[in-house]
Amino acid sequence: MAVPSYATGPERVWYYVFRFICALIFLFLVGPLLIIIPLSFNAEPYFTFTDAMLSLKPEGFSLRWYVDFFTSSAWLGSIRNSILIAIASTILATILGTLAAMGLSSRFMPFRNTIMALMISPLVVPLIISGAAMFFFFSRVGLSQTYLGVILAHTALGIPFVVITVTATMSSFDHSLTRAAASLGANPVTTFFKVILPLVTPGVVSGALFAFITSFDEVVVVLFVSGPEQRTIPIQMWSGIREEISPTILAVATMMVVLSILLLTTLELLRRRAERMRGLSPG
Amino acid sequence: MTENSMSKAGQGLTTANGVPLKVSLMRTNRRNQIRAFLLVAPLLVFLVVAFIMPILDMLQRSVDNPEVGTQLSRTVAALEDWDGESIPDEPVFDALTQDLLAGAEARNLGQVASRLNYESSGMRSLIMKTSRRAGRIESGPYKAAILDIDEDWGELETWRLIERESDPYTLSYYLAALDMKYDSNGEIVSQPEYLKIYQQLFVRTFWMSIAITGLCLLLGYPIAFLLANTPLRYSNLLMILVLLPFWTSLLVRTTTWIAILQQQGVLNDIFVGLGIIADDSRLSMIYNKTGTLVAMTHILLPFMILPLYSVMKTIPPYYMRAARSLGAQPFLAFRRVYFPLTIPGIGAGSILVFILAIGYYITPALVGGQDGIFITNFIAFHMQTSLNWGLAAAIASILLFVVIAFYLVYNRLIGVDNVKLG
Repeated sequence: MAVPSYATGPERVWYYVFRFICALIFLFLVGPLLIIIPLSFNAEPYFTFTDAMLSLKPEGFSLRWYVDFFTSSAWLGSIRNSILIAIASTILATILGTLAAMGLSSRFMPFRNTIMALMISPLVVPLIISGAAMFFFFSRVGLSQTYLGVILAHTALGIPFVVITVTATMSSFDHSLTRAAASLGANPVTTFFKVILPLVTPGVVSGALFAFITSFDEVVVVLFVSGPEQRTIPIQMWSGIREEISPTILAVATMMVVLSILLLTTLELLRRRAERMRGLSPG
Repeated sequence: MTENSMSKAGQGLTTANGVPLKVSLMRTNRRNQIRAFLLVAPLLVFLVVAFIMPILDMLQRSVDNPEVGTQLSRTVAALEDWDGESIPDEPVFDALTQDLLAGAEARNLGQVASRLNYESSGMRSLIMKTSRRAGRIESGPYKAAILDIDEDWGELETWRLIERESDPYTLSYYLAALDMKYDSNGEIVSQPEYLKIYQQLFVRTFWMSIAITGLCLLLGYPIAFLLANTPLRYSNLLMILVLLPFWTSLLVRTTTWIAILQQQGVLNDIFVGLGIIADDSRLSMIYNKTGTLVAMTHILLPFMILPLYSVMKTIPPYYMRAARSLGAQPFLAFRRVYFPLTIPGIGAGSILVFILAIGYYITPALVGGQDGIFITNFIAFHMQTSLNWGLAAAIASILLFVVIAFYLVYNRLIGVDNVKLG
């Protein structure tokens, strides 16, 4: 968006004012995430910049909150739980969701819209309602306060993401490719692994990433369904913020921001790869 | 070609092994349908078990009322012939004594006592006290003995309450969730002003969600416009600035707002440092409505920007140029040409943000303080602290109906298939 040559004086002024406003909004979006990174190296147990930090003295900075994190059995246990639960529920959600998306993208699928709406519903129902409902039901059937209960709950929450991304990939899938493979003598299994899978993989992987991050970041449902055994990182942060607020939280937050930057980069690379494979963009 | 015309054309034609074409086609279609359905079936079964059944369980709990009917079953049976106008006779008191004694033995009177106490405070102590002393009654007549323990048993209201709550299903929890109750005559009346909590909270949740939606629209529209009208090279970079918060943990984002907004926080420090405010009059921007508004706008902003952007990207830039060349001033061209074309995006983003905001729990609970909490906080309160699960289920069900209503509107306008992620 450049200033068009026919722009009048006030328009030019507005153009720069608009840019300035946008810059402020971007600051609002990203600034808070960046501010916690230096704060997490605070040598003092405060949530604000000390004078020593502002004057960039080395004694104002320390890694003590990171040391705190990596030596705390509670935090380390929560990492293990989070990873275990997220991986298990991602695998389940990805398998179930991918199969369903392949069925849903067939034009013969009966009740397509109803089923689609049903599969998106865990995304729409507020988490606190899902959490309360799962708590009621799981405690009836003995799944409350178990790993299996948390994993099933997170699988349900991750499924919409897998279904949405894989269905989107399948809908842009050119079905004449499978016919071409068949006419060249490939059997359905070969066609699936050699033609369909490579084209659908980016969609499946990004759906799986969504499911993973959903589980990894989820706190409300875990709050209701899990017991003391299944404390995850978000639960640990939640009780940290409510009870004793220490900069260890900021150290965790910083690491989580870094993690999300890595995930975002992965997704972006996947998207580009998918576009390149379909020949939509030169990369 | 429709199936009808196909079948007409195919009449008399058969496949190589003598099956009419129409039948053969139907068989193939059916086989394809079954194949597609079998792919979906595992997920369908999973969702029914892990998601739909819990929701149904919750809906059932919001009207479930087993306590009085089972734990005071003899009393309820004896009350069947009661006229409701006078204090019941000896048989009812006899039955009540048996129920209380049996309940004291089984140690499950607490449930029915709490259940009746939700409806009328004092019932809990009445029942517990009577059951403790009923053991000392040697023989009948029980009516005089029970009335002797507590004269509340001589009140019509007590008996009407027990009779009313003996149904296996009740609307009491829904009434309580809407600040209403049954009066002694069984009429629905509203709670006295000083006991009203939930109506005000529903209204506040609604207005705060509207305000958050408005703020997101105000901040999201310019950003989406910029992204849609910038060459792809730059807009991809800028898009990362939108997606980064979207991908960052919700708790991390809430934490950063605590660090920024609290009294000893970054923003107050900057204001004091610049001399805008004095050190002893630091602004309280968190643990109140402001905190909830700011943090939730930040968290939900990407959900507004992404649908707006995907609509704006489809608007050809020459529409605006055409309007300008026809003599429209920039603002008029924007208002009459560009803005109307973005309304579908505004609708999609607004409903999405509103639905997400109205059911939010974590952020209001952490930064909302007293006057920034949402109705969801009371669901959690009744689930975890007061243990009045029926009421929690009723509040959650009301919220669920509201969300489903908006979801149906969203589905009508946009369609769930068009949900875009990142």
